[in-house]
Amino acid sequence: MIEHLPALMIAVPLFGAFVAPLLKKKGSAPAVWAMIITGVTLGMALLLVRQVLIQGMMVYVFGADNPHLVLPSGYRVPIRIIFEVDAIGAFMALSAALMSFIGAMYSYSHVRNETGLEKYYALLLLLEVGILGMVLTGDLFNLFVFLEIAGIAGSALVGFRNYRGEASEAGIKYLIVSAVASLMVLFSIGLLYGEYGNLNIAYLSTQIGFNTVDIIALGILFTSFAMKCGSVPTHHWVPDAYTEVPSGINPTLLVATYASLYALFRVSFSLFGKVSSGMSSVGWIMCVLGVLTMFIGVTMALVQKDVKRLMSYHAISQTGYMLLGVGVGLAVLNDPAKLAAFGRDAMAGGIFHIINHIIYKSLLLMTAGALFYVTGTRNLNEMGGLARKMPYTTVAFIVGAAAISGIPPFNGFASKFLIYETSYQLSPIFAIFAMVTSVLTLASFVKVFASAFLGPPVKKYENVKEVPRSMVVAMLILAALCLLFGLFPNVVLDKLVYPAVDALLKLSNYQTWGGIL
Amino acid sequence: MSWLESLTLNSPSGFWNPIIWLAFLIVFAVIGYIIYSRGNRSYKPNTDQVKPYLSGNEVEDVEEIRVRAGDIYWGFIEALKGYYNVLMRMHTGDIRDYILWYLGLGAIILFILVGGV
Repeated sequence: MIEHLPALMIAVPLFGAFVAPLLKKKGSAPAVWAMIITGVTLGMALLLVRQVLIQGMMVYVFGADNPHLVLPSGYRVPIRIIFEVDAIGAFMALSAALMSFIGAMYSYSHVRNETGLEKYYALLLLLEVGILGMVLTGDLFNLFVFLEIAGIAGSALVGFRNYRGEASEAGIKYLIVSAVASLMVLFSIGLLYGEYGNLNIAYLSTQIGFNTVDIIALGILFTSFAMKCGSVPTHHWVPDAYTEVPSGINPTLLVATYASLYALFRVSFSLFGKVSSGMSSVGWIMCVLGVLTMFIGVTMALVQKDVKRLMSYHAISQTGYMLLGVGVGLAVLNDPAKLAAFGRDAMAGGIFHIINHIIYKSLLLMTAGALFYVTGTRNLNEMGGLARKMPYTTVAFIVGAAAISGIPPFNGFASKFLIYETSYQLSPIFAIFAMVTSVLTLASFVKVFASAFLGPPVKKYENVKEVPRSMVVAMLILAALCLLFGLFPNVVLDKLVYPAVDALLKLSNYQTWGGIL
Repeated sequence: MSWLESLTLNSPSGFWNPIIWLAFLIVFAVIGYIIYSRGNRSYKPNTDQVKPYLSGNEVEDVEEIRVRAGDIYWGFIEALKGYYNVLMRMHTGDIRDYILWYLGLGAIILFILVGGV
């Protein structure tokens, strides 16, 4: 069974998605079903991580026993869909499975009064399928297919509250952005297929010559994935989508965004990693985009009055840290001394920040959802004094705000610490921008805390009370993870993050399917 | 390697140990509590003592005089008006502009990569 885990990771939530609509008339059955399916997928993700960390890369060939199959003519190229699960893929799969489970748990109460819940949960599971497919596949065309699945499911969920005009508008915008990005990805894949006659990433990476067509394909892939992950100046869709999507979907949508970031890293390190000297300028572009993303994101957040929109701009800002961390590693990829001195640690900071950010941003967006749940508004000007009424949400918010601002001992600090130090060694100006961004992040969360939770109580919220238990539990789990990951960063780094970084750096291992060839 | 060392995060030019930080935090919390516990004991909650005093004038409804989110950092935003004017022009909310930014970024990246800048 263990050897079939990569396929089961897709099959189980896909099965769950198709069954969910059948539970339409069974009350809360779709919600319970989604929790069961996402829970099982989370269990499988844990097994997958364990297996990859113990035995190395897992290779799964659809329709054959092994990847050695050749064409009848004897032409030795991979001709089937192959999943290649290395440590970074397993890391992302675990993030996706965990956040889908937490999202399903939170949604149980959060969207209970909405209609069409069977579709909601079916789409949630389909979104999970899309993300898992993107991070597990070793095939470029497959990557495109799963990117489309995630994009379509995501846009339907963004527009789920279709009685709100803003939600429908945000859903359509997300759909168009996703479609443009994924069609351009398909165009690039076409360019590479036309040149090398294959779609397998590992095989293509052995053939890449970095000629003009390859560079054009790289440029288009880079721009498309940068737009999908919300990098400035192609970030405009993020606040629309994150604000309008129900808060239970926010965690999974966040991971979907970072699946595109993963694809960007995979393309940069695995597909084009062979030409490391040529990738140095790509690394610098990534760093500059990272700095712009973090700074513009946070300054836009500072002026927002809509609590979810404010947090959405912070999501953009935090993506900048990840781009900067991994960009530093890419910029020094062709310099072994610098890579060993600070490049690998910079990448560890960037990748550690992915899971940290997924945890605390999901938590913060859930607290924003909780505020909306009890007040019926997202306008911070209309809120006040809610700390007395919502003690658990307040604690969860404080933990999330401290974590995103990089305040020790919460998890955001550990990854930012690595990014500050290593980016300083590439260029001090990067580190200065990163630290100023953290200060502004804290400032804007002080604004949220002061206006929503502190101050005199507002009369119209006299009778509000804490959100239902499933929402509280989901938030407290994430708050506990913020503290645990912050207190024991070494454990997470050693067990999850450094193996993921090494998976990106050890190209020869990826090219030979983990030593199978 | 001791358990404390095993929890130390070493970076290229420094280190970070959250457990030591936590220990300091607890020490400072205890000091804070000692100071708090030696404070004025004449404070009585829920009496006229805790009501705001405004030179004998009637105090307005506190809900009306609270600081709203839009007021926080007003000065900061006002001082950076020029910067924010540029940012606001960039965020039109028009999907056609989103695609234009995508095309612009793609063109710049391709120019850098193909041109070998």
